Amino acid sequence: MDSTTLNTSFMEKIDADLNIEPKDSMPEKYRTHLIRQISQHAHSEVIGMQPEGNWITRAPSLRAKQILLAKIQDEGGHGLYLYSAAETLGISREEMVEQLQSGKAKYSNIFNYPVLTWADIGAIGWLVDGAAIVNQVSLQRTSYGPYARAMFRICKEESFHQRQGYEIMANMMSGTPDQRQMAQDAMNRWWWPSLMMFGPHDSDSPRSGDAFTWKIKRKSNDELRQKFIDKTVQQAEVIGLSIPDADLAWNEERQCYDHGEINWEEFKRVINGNGPCNKQRIDHHINYHNEGAWVREAAEAYKNQLQEFK
Amino acid sequence: MATDTQLDLWEVFIQSKSGNHHTHAGSVHASDKQMALQNARDIYTRRNEGSSIWVVPSKYVTASNSEDADMLFDPSNDKIYRHPTFYVMPEGAKQI
Repeated sequence: MDSTTLNTSFMEKIDADLNIEPKDSMPEKYRTHLIRQISQHAHSEVIGMQPEGNWITRAPSLRAKQILLAKIQDEGGHGLYLYSAAETLGISREEMVEQLQSGKAKYSNIFNYPVLTWADIGAIGWLVDGAAIVNQVSLQRTSYGPYARAMFRICKEESFHQRQGYEIMANMMSGTPDQRQMAQDAMNRWWWPSLMMFGPHDSDSPRSGDAFTWKIKRKSNDELRQKFIDKTVQQAEVIGLSIPDADLAWNEERQCYDHGEINWEEFKRVINGNGPCNKQRIDHHINYHNEGAWVREAAEAYKNQLQEFK
Repeated sequence: MATDTQLDLWEVFIQSKSGNHHTHAGSVHASDKQMALQNARDIYTRRNEGSSIWVVPSKYVTASNSEDADMLFDPSNDKIYRHPTFYVMPEGAKQI
């Protein structure tokens, strides 16, 4: 197929809101855009297991521990659904792991912040997973079939994550003054990084053009961020948490909240490797990867001995 | 150290409950059949999604090309006599 025919038939499908499937012809730029986006999404799920994993042994009750374990297992699962989706585009799992470890591929900036108290576990579930849900619900309509299907599965599981986090926050807010203060402190530290999860403002988002044309992206960064703010403010009020933004105010005309200026300098600093935990997260991934090498080697040796498929 | 391997790719089919078709759910990495089943169970059935799992090494799946879709599937468009609604039934006939 020559490139004009390819682009015409591809764009016809996109315009008709049909999904693009792995064996369909697609422009090279569409493929590379998706590989970058899906693999980074997968890396975020996997790296996101680390900050929470630190709290398994310190969970305040057996119930809390079981829930946290289940949540972390889900995050691992989500990473695997997404790696599989990316692999349908022709990149191998080995390459993706290498790109993560070498720093060529990024993961969500939010996981470069430390998890200091149990209230942070609540804030992560409620705010970080809450922000991720807003983004992922919109991605259920993304044009690439395997990515959209992974999003459906993830969204179904993710709402448990958000609710368990909100429950932790609500419990702490109905506790002692110390517990309330701890919850508010977690809120203060996680609110702004959660807003940054949606990425730069639309006016400053370099790759959005193509992503919209190809219907990879259905809603803009600012639209999604607004949606998240509008639904979260009320949830905070119900349990008595205040939003750490002096400029937050209901805008009657726009029927949504105005918010204060996001500190993009901090965003850039952290995404470029200078956040509190960047090095720790990647070092941990590399160490475990290397420590597990003998397991993979043994599994391969066992496979060769079994000769299940000659 | 040997070159890194992330093991082989397998496709996973899940039957949600007995009597239903096995439906493609996604894929897993594993080095043998048993590991593939175990991983599929852990990754795709954490919430009662399955009553049975099939795993197939991805390299043994043959798929049609989307460019061939017209050639493969168009011919059935003009054979509407394959559908029961094509036929004219006599007035008053019941249970047909």
